[in-house]
Amino acid sequence: MKVNGVVHPAPADSRRLLSDHLRHDLALTGTHVGCEHGVCGCCTVLFDGAPVRSCLMLAVQAEGHEVTTIEGLAAPGAPLHPVQQAFHECHGLQCGFCTPGFVMSVVGLLRVHPNPTPEQVDEGISGNLCRCTGYASIRRAVRRASELSKK
Amino acid sequence: MKPPPFEYHAPTSVEEACALLGSLDDAKVLAGGQSLVPLLNFRLARPAHLVDINRIPGLARIYERDGGVAVQALARQADVEDSQLVTRMCPLLSAAVRLVAHRVIRNRGTVCGSLAHADPASELPAILLALGGHVVAHSTRGDRTIPAADLFTSVFQTALAHDEVLVEAWFPPSPKESAIVEESRRHGDFALAGAVRAADRLALFGVAATPVLADPKNPTGGLQPSGDLEASPEFRLHLVQVLTERLFAA
Repeated sequence: MKVNGVVHPAPADSRRLLSDHLRHDLALTGTHVGCEHGVCGCCTVLFDGAPVRSCLMLAVQAEGHEVTTIEGLAAPGAPLHPVQQAFHECHGLQCGFCTPGFVMSVVGLLRVHPNPTPEQVDEGISGNLCRCTGYASIRRAVRRASELSKK
Repeated sequence: MKPPPFEYHAPTSVEEACALLGSLDDAKVLAGGQSLVPLLNFRLARPAHLVDINRIPGLARIYERDGGVAVQALARQADVEDSQLVTRMCPLLSAAVRLVAHRVIRNRGTVCGSLAHADPASELPAILLALGGHVVAHSTRGDRTIPAADLFTSVFQTALAHDEVLVEAWFPPSPKESAIVEESRRHGDFALAGAVRAADRLALFGVAATPVLADPKNPTGGLQPSGDLEASPEFRLHLVQVLTERLFAA
């Protein structure tokens, strides 16, 4: 499987979840693990470009596919990805635990809806839980990310 | 949480998948995994074998068949949601699939998987029942068509044999007068109760062991929904009444 552009072998243990494989075997700990049953959205990564829950996939299923994690959005030292920049500018995070999942979901949302309506924003982030912000600043960040993505 | 140990199989044809299912004891089909993997993570399911059908090519089509829409086993719910063909021929299916969890789940989850999983609170089995659709089950014995009315037998139970793969679901075109309504605690949650209208047919979900057809004039007749922390049986009956009135008000 290709993770952030680098080819890695799939784990030998077929019951290894993709989320655990990313964190424990590849040391990509930016992908967070919250509920481990698909509810919280923290572990969201891009699978062949579309956001999916990495806790609901076996790592062996990613063999032959491309996975992008939060670490793959912008290289160290490079300017932030527009969605990361927007979350930074709009204070779209407090403790930051949910943030990688939100950012990956929003990257996927803006690919489908580059100019999302307020309803599409709500629908797009409804699968991610944040216990700090109350979502208002996250909604603003999504709109800002849409603007930044066009520049 | 880690899935319990299992032996993993990744067949590359439906024939191979069916042969595996026929020869293995205690095997489960893995499609989108959005219901099965949580069950594995919680260890509520402990199959000895997983037969992952995601490596089977040519099993993800959404196409017109017999005047309706056929959805193959690996067509993702998000693909069905975005399908122009589905929007044109069966807008009820488009509307229902949008109520299934969240987009990120639908990117992976499949329509056929939802039907085979047969959660009584799930929207898609109720749609199939209301429309009078069917599924195609394949085994080494060949294809078998199972009408929706015969498919759902109990909670998480279907008429599929252990060596059959649900390869395709067929939805008739939705009539002009059709809609789906549900009540849930939060957007994307499982419905406390839901109702589907297809012309003068009414199907209910979340209120019995399977989706059920009901009389629009007496939708709660004979229903004995269970109660839980989120809704009492009485509240579910109330919801059925209100949702039905909403569907047939126009």
